[in-house]
Amino acid sequence: MIELPALGWQSIVIFVVFALSLLIATYCTYAERVIAAFLQDRVGPDRAGPYGLAQPLADAVKMFTKEEFFPGGANKALFVFGPCLAMITALMSSAVIPFGNIMNFGNNLFFLQGIEVNIGMLWVFGVVSLGVYGVMIGGWASNNKFSLLGAIRAASQNISYELAMGMALIAVLMISGTLSLREITLQQSAPGEWYMWNIVKQPLGFLIFLVCAFAETNRTPFDLPECETELVGGYHTEYSSMKLGLYLFSEYVNIFVVSAVMSVLYFGGFNFPFQYELRDWFVSSQGWELASAQNLITLLGTVGLFLKIFAFIFFFMWIRWTLPRFRYDQLMRLGWTILIPLAVFNIVLTGGLILAGVI
Amino acid sequence: MSPIFLFLTFVALLSALGVVFAKNPVHSVLFLILTFFSLSGHYLLLNAQFLAAVNIIVYAGAIMVLFLFVIMFLNLNVDTEPHKPALAKIAAAVAGGSLLLILVAALKDVTPTGVPAGTVFNSQIGMVDQLGMKLYTDYLLPFELASVLFLVAMVGAVMLGKREVGERNF
Repeated sequence: MIELPALGWQSIVIFVVFALSLLIATYCTYAERVIAAFLQDRVGPDRAGPYGLAQPLADAVKMFTKEEFFPGGANKALFVFGPCLAMITALMSSAVIPFGNIMNFGNNLFFLQGIEVNIGMLWVFGVVSLGVYGVMIGGWASNNKFSLLGAIRAASQNISYELAMGMALIAVLMISGTLSLREITLQQSAPGEWYMWNIVKQPLGFLIFLVCAFAETNRTPFDLPECETELVGGYHTEYSSMKLGLYLFSEYVNIFVVSAVMSVLYFGGFNFPFQYELRDWFVSSQGWELASAQNLITLLGTVGLFLKIFAFIFFFMWIRWTLPRFRYDQLMRLGWTILIPLAVFNIVLTGGLILAGVI
Repeated sequence: MSPIFLFLTFVALLSALGVVFAKNPVHSVLFLILTFFSLSGHYLLLNAQFLAAVNIIVYAGAIMVLFLFVIMFLNLNVDTEPHKPALAKIAAAVAGGSLLLILVAALKDVTPTGVPAGTVFNSQIGMVDQLGMKLYTDYLLPFELASVLFLVAMVGAVMLGKREVGERNF
């Protein structure tokens, strides 16, 4: 009998990761509006519930009860399939992200991670590269010129920026020598060297990855596929009701996942400064057992990882309400003639530094 | 044979047939993507995780996106489909039939011998580090030749896509 992960205790972790992704994405819609209001010196949503905290709930009710509209001549099956696919691919990549270290209860070890595979990074990359299908299929099936143009833009943008993103990743993998995200995190936790996160070794690679992350999640300044000044609503022009909701929602899930990936790859994941000192202090001064002190550190590390993720999500929103949109040829030129050569240079530089024994 | 293997084989064959029989070219492309997914599932069953992931990234994630991209631009549908002359249909049937004949003739005398006795099977060979070691030691020359091929293709693409003197695209 093949042991499926869903049959073990790990299923609880998987369920929690799934629920958290959705919850965080839900409140991202609220946070986006609050941050936009803050940056534009407005009040923002404050009607539904205290501080407008029930706003996502109100939005959900609105989305679900709106009329479901099918444009004439649309390919119905694919029209429904598009948003589903966008949501599925967005949710799939969080499976391999290590949200925490090991919890130790007696002799039972819990990995605070959906599944630990030794191709974790490739999995994330593969799922991200599939994400564009939801947009493409939905845009094409709408039988609308604007939607089609949005879909085409999304496809060419994603392909272009995936290249630079992959090459930025290669530099990280050259340092770590493993594709497992958990291993990469653990490598950034050498005792006494809490400041040696990958960002110190890979500043240029991180910058490239960050720019590509904006392009891959279709966020401003790269939200050309849904550029309303040129394309009405882009690929989701014809969508209404919860199908539109799924598209908008998958964008926030993608932001959450890509923030988590950046935190894990470059900002030490669940490691935080002075974790070993704190653990030893609990053991020596407070008389705790080593295992329970370790469990506390694991929990704090998970909290730390989420703080890093929230910081990145805030950064995404900050950029959105600060920078204007690129023009499409500028976007393509940035991707092909600046980011890809930079990424290649970064690989060569990293290789040279590894040979010289610096990193 | 495990039920997962049978399921994946079923999906692979069914979606491969779907590629051929679908009237709509976009449906064909989507069936092809499904075929790649089930093949990746087979790779996973063979413990070749790297191959499975790369199959998804390269074929499903990049090549098929480009396919879909082109087909969406062509906007093929029943009205615009050119009528194929009977001669082309007969020629296609004859060519396909003779290919089938040759394949059957070549494979009918094959007797599966299995792995030679004494071979130690390394179940970790599909893992990234093992595969990398193998590629960079035993198969270095083919690997480097393949990279030269890619370089040539890249230079060719840049040459084709280069802007001519005085040409403006927008």
